[in-house]
Amino acid sequence: MSGVAIVGIGMHRFGRTEGVSGRSQAVHAARQALDDAGLRFSDMQFGFGGSYSAGDADTLVSELGLTGLPFVNVANGCATGGSALIAADAAIRSGTHDLGIVIGFDKHPRGAFDADPAEHGIGSWYGETGMMVTTQFFGMKIQRYLHDHDLKPGVLAEIAAKAFRNGARNPMAWRRKEMTADEVAAAPMISHPLTQYMYCSPGEGAVALVLCRAEDAHRYTDRPVYLAAATFRSRRYGSFEVYSPWLALDRAPSPSVDAAAAAFAAAGIAPSDVDVAQIQDTESGAELMHMAETGLCEHGEQEDLILSGGTAIEGRLPVNTDGGCLANGEPIGASGLRQVHENVLQLRGDAGEHQVPGDPRVGFTHVYGAPGISACTVLTREEPS
Amino acid sequence: MSAVRFVDPSLLADTAEGPALWGSRCRDCGAHTFPRQGGCPRCTGSGMEDVVLSRTGTLWSFTTQGFRAKPPYTGSPAYEPYAVGYVELPGQLIVETRLVETDPDRLEIGMPVELALVPFRDDEQGPVHTFAFVRRTP
Repeated sequence: MSGVAIVGIGMHRFGRTEGVSGRSQAVHAARQALDDAGLRFSDMQFGFGGSYSAGDADTLVSELGLTGLPFVNVANGCATGGSALIAADAAIRSGTHDLGIVIGFDKHPRGAFDADPAEHGIGSWYGETGMMVTTQFFGMKIQRYLHDHDLKPGVLAEIAAKAFRNGARNPMAWRRKEMTADEVAAAPMISHPLTQYMYCSPGEGAVALVLCRAEDAHRYTDRPVYLAAATFRSRRYGSFEVYSPWLALDRAPSPSVDAAAAAFAAAGIAPSDVDVAQIQDTESGAELMHMAETGLCEHGEQEDLILSGGTAIEGRLPVNTDGGCLANGEPIGASGLRQVHENVLQLRGDAGEHQVPGDPRVGFTHVYGAPGISACTVLTREEPS
Repeated sequence: MSAVRFVDPSLLADTAEGPALWGSRCRDCGAHTFPRQGGCPRCTGSGMEDVVLSRTGTLWSFTTQGFRAKPPYTGSPAYEPYAVGYVELPGQLIVETRLVETDPDRLEIGMPVELALVPFRDDEQGPVHTFAFVRRTP
């Protein structure tokens, strides 16, 4: 079995780009990733990609080149990018292909996502009565979590303030204006205890990655980053997920716990070895919960870690160094790959103003979303043994 | 109960104590679901039977709805703002529900609650109801 390396990265700026379609943003990202690796689209042996509301990824070939390559569309909600990456990882690791591209992109209308209960196997009464609302789920999940772990809601505003501080240092971010924790806490309440600026917004953006067999990596770059593990898990009986008219009395760990544990096990790397982490922060509470669910710290330990600056870019466990979903928005198809793009920048030492000091060697990414899914990666600068 | 127009009558059982929610219970492993369904999400079997869910429980979590929800929501502004939560029904499951109390300072995890039917939408024939839970006073 071959290892897998990332040898090219490309991104279209996140946020709102009027007049530029999601597909055009994807093409921009793909060309940039190919240039980064010194390759052409005709060199690609496969493609995996997807978007939630900006079209089919396989139609990008009409712009990138009609080369006959197998290009597979991936549609897996918030894990679309993560799933595309896992498919690429398997294609190379298995020996099927040597070199290929993954592309995640999106362009959503303004405002919260709306969903049809029927698509989730739920009666129409659930939507009619005002319960098919994702923001409520996040409010209830963090309300219960704060109660269970005796944490104070003030930490939620600090998480958002940190995201906007990091976004201000990232030229590719959408929200580049700093905001104090007091300003975040004083914003309109969306779903108690979460205020407006504790939630990310649907947005736009695109990311592409060129991957190859680990032993070939130095042909394309002198600074490869290795994909030591890429994992994906769905929910188990007893986890607490969005759009759930009921929950089981038996509580089970979230899919984030399973996906993260599998990623660390496959990589042979401990959470304590992580130098920089990008974890799903759909809202502030998600970052708080996911820090512990992924094993990066203990449950209940987050408050001290965050309030002492431990998760800042200069902290001992830098989290969401590019500003995360809070500062970059959530283009569903692109979000998971944005995290990988950021970690590649960090491990190359190319993150500029938002570079983690101290020569980071191990990066971790985590996405989580409806209807109870999580995808994680472990990235390393040294080729895994 | 026949006088009350309800959003989806298939959810509601008529009991001696008043209206209650229908659920399913697995004959093999005892797992409960709401609403009723044919397959068991725990043991993956298909031996589900109808069961009346408890009309009383304790508040497990809660939140508020701070902006006017988009469709498929059909509620009328007269019944807003609204709050939602999860209520633990002992020995059965944790059900998601609207809450009668909308002030988060007057809601606390663990408080005793009971089922109530509340209006959420007006149409030409008058109010349409859904289920909610309200603080239970001893």
